[in-house]
Amino acid sequence: MKIFILIGKYFIFIRKVFSRPSSFSVFYKSFIDEVFSLGVSSIGFVAFISLFVGAVVTLQIAYNLENPLLPSYLIGLATRDSIILEFSPTMVSLILAGKMGSNIASTIGTMRVTEQIDALEMMGINSASYLVLPKIFALVFFNPILITFSMFLAIIGGWFFGEFTGLCSTTEFLDGVQYFFIPFNVIYAYIKTIFFALIIATLPAFYGYFTKGGALEVGQASTKGVVNSSILIIIFNYLITQLLLN
Amino acid sequence: MIEVKNITKKFGSTLVLNNISATFLSGKVNLIIGQSGSGKTVAIKSMLGLHEIDSGTIFYDQRDFSSMKNKDRQIIRKEIGMVFQGGALFDSKSIEDNLMVPLIMFSNMSKEKMKYRINFCLKRVNLENVNHLYPSDLSGGMQKRVAIARAIVLKPKYLFCDEPNSGLDPYTATVIDELLKEITYEYKITTVINTHDMNSVMQIGDHIIFIKEGVKKWEGSKNEIMDSENKDLNKFIFASEVFKRLKSLS
Ligand SMILES: Nc1ncnc2c1ncn2[C@@H]1O[C@H](COP(=O)(O)OP(=O)(O)OP(=O)(O)O)[C@@H](O)[C@H]1O
Ligand SMILES: [Mg+2]
Repeated sequence: MKIFILIGKYFIFIRKVFSRPSSFSVFYKSFIDEVFSLGVSSIGFVAFISLFVGAVVTLQIAYNLENPLLPSYLIGLATRDSIILEFSPTMVSLILAGKMGSNIASTIGTMRVTEQIDALEMMGINSASYLVLPKIFALVFFNPILITFSMFLAIIGGWFFGEFTGLCSTTEFLDGVQYFFIPFNVIYAYIKTIFFALIIATLPAFYGYFTKGGALEVGQASTKGVVNSSILIIIFNYLITQLLLN
Repeated sequence: MIEVKNITKKFGSTLVLNNISATFLSGKVNLIIGQSGSGKTVAIKSMLGLHEIDSGTIFYDQRDFSSMKNKDRQIIRKEIGMVFQGGALFDSKSIEDNLMVPLIMFSNMSKEKMKYRINFCLKRVNLENVNHLYPSDLSGGMQKRVAIARAIVLKPKYLFCDEPNSGLDPYTATVIDELLKEITYEYKITTVINTHDMNSVMQIGDHIIFIKEGVKKWEGSKNEIMDSENKDLNKFIFASEVFKRLKSLS
């Protein structure tokens, strides 16, 4: 029963968020700020993770395929598919849910408990829309860029470590990466990414926005926001995959 | 003028405001006084619609705020300035940008005019050269003054302050009280201030409402307050040694 009340409250919140900004120049400025503070600041982190996970994926596939009967381009192909289909869109989104989600929930939660949200409302500003809408647009715009970047780096990481460890030569790997490439897989990855970006931007914002109390509750809101967006990402990953890849 | 009639506010089953009626006059400093926890903050937040009241009516110059939809309330809110108990400055924005928020949203001024207005308001609260600092760079008293500057930047008709001088030294507290009084008289604002500071009461209290445990117990001016026979009020006023001595002198 409680969960239905929560879902109802969430959608009422979303409706408040998606109302027309009263000033487009203000909206545009906050959008750019959010792109930088949430998105651009994640580039290094995503690059680091992608390079190393790409390497590990390649190495594990290479070890498992150490069989003279299997063509060697399979390593590149399997690496590419696991990165494009799962690692970059889902795993990186999960990691971003931690980084961006906790940032969003704690920023908004702090604004709630220090009455900054009341101050906005008192100025006649729709605080939900003013605070959350730029974040949604920023993530929907920038997360696909981050994911693309992650795909490239993960594949480069795999290639580099394959060559470096001698498990898979450059030609074999690049052959595999190009072999039987399905463009729809990339579209599928972007659809997932955008869906996950919506979750990462709105759910932690929701928990932050309705924080009651003080610093302790802000921490709790942040935890709830991250945990529940991760769970939702996993569930939607399953549903979207069922829907699109069957 | 703001008229509040029979407002009641409950949180769950606890009654925080019990059937309060009062009138807040324009061009006057109206005070709501009472002990910590008596319901002062809830009272002004209810008047502003930040808490929904359970019953009663609230009129802003004959406009029935209590039965309005959010959209119409926003129109009235643009005429209201509010100084929150904790200041509530936007800590991700510089002082100048804090004052800029309402201006950008609701005025058609040019950038230059806005800057001029911002500097004017900051000067009005005795702050200069703080435009590019952040709230965390300022002392508590300075933050309060910025909050007041932000509240008056759009020339409000109504000004609400929740304990504007709590946590400040006596001198700065006096400066802020005087400032609020001057602004009120100068611009004919309907000012409503929450306080439990008896100095403020004696200094600026044109019209005072005393509440205890959510019930209005007394109403009057600073000239009447010392001679009142009201038991609850006297217990509140003469809690401090200074005021006890004052009483024995008079
Ligand atoms: N959001 C809320 N939910 C539940 N109870 C609340 C809420 N806000 C205030 N209260 C209760 O209402 C009562 C009055 O609180 P209020 O904040 O108005 O006191 P106050 O007079 O402003 O005190 P102070 O001088 O300490 O600021 C308190 O008992 C408080 O616990
Ligand atoms: Mg209070």
